[in-house]
Amino acid sequence: MTEDRLSQVFAALADPTRRDIVARLASADATVNELAEPYDVSVQAVSKHIRVLEDAGLVSRTRDAQRRPCHLEAEVFDLMTKWIERYRQEAEERFRRLDAVLERMKGEVSDTETRTEGQAS
Amino acid sequence: MSTTTHHNETQIVADPNLPTIVLVREFEASPELVFRAYTEPELVRQWLGPRRLTMHIDRYDARTDGSYRFRHIDTDGTEYRFRGVFHEVRPHDRIVQTFTYEDVPEGVSLETATFEDLGGRTRVTTTSVVDTMEARDAMIASGMETGIKEGYERLDELLAGMK
Repeated sequence: MTEDRLSQVFAALADPTRRDIVARLASADATVNELAEPYDVSVQAVSKHIRVLEDAGLVSRTRDAQRRPCHLEAEVFDLMTKWIERYRQEAEERFRRLDAVLERMKGEVSDTETRTEGQAS
Repeated sequence: MSTTTHHNETQIVADPNLPTIVLVREFEASPELVFRAYTEPELVRQWLGPRRLTMHIDRYDARTDGSYRFRHIDTDGTEYRFRGVFHEVRPHDRIVQTFTYEDVPEGVSLETATFEDLGGRTRVTTTSVVDTMEARDAMIASGMETGIKEGYERLDELLAGMK
């Protein structure tokens, strides 16, 4: 997954209506008409949202001429989660180095000062 | 992100609606010590840079209205330069600074670190704010390479050395 693709996914999900659509597709495939029903907007507007989700690779539509139900591509979410997890792991790795720095600092502090640890918790 | 093996494991929040990244991490040290590790250049150098790169600090004047610049230098000599200003440095409590990768000078993030006293332990919350969702996503993506390459090698060594 490229950076552009990831940005597209995040941008697609930045809209509350599209997030709602995604949430509904998570339980079952649905047509644009079915998806448009609960909203106070035109089928065309919902169709536009679906196109954004399709371009981001979040939703696919089968080429069944009559119904063309929308289907959620769950694996895209897995990829996003992985990217965020990698970022987190890198931060964690940095913070574990900080842990080690703090341990060394504590050693230095106890060498040079009398430590007072009498506080009850 | 609830089941972890390390009890101080970093928590991350990348809100789908806001161009922010929030990291929360606890440390087995007082806010005074953590603050020093965040503000004294010789200590900062020991943990802030990626493992693969050498960190050179040109200046690190961590006080209100101060500024900093550092470089990460790759084994082939490639330099990645970063700079920013310290908007507010409140001892043992809070650091607010800007952060820019010099190759993308129009990209500026605002970084706030707060140090919360948990009674001898410290919870650090860092919030990065940028101006677009795209910039936020690029920040997340930038962590990829080093994250994969380095894994947990270096911290394994560190932890082994601490025993």
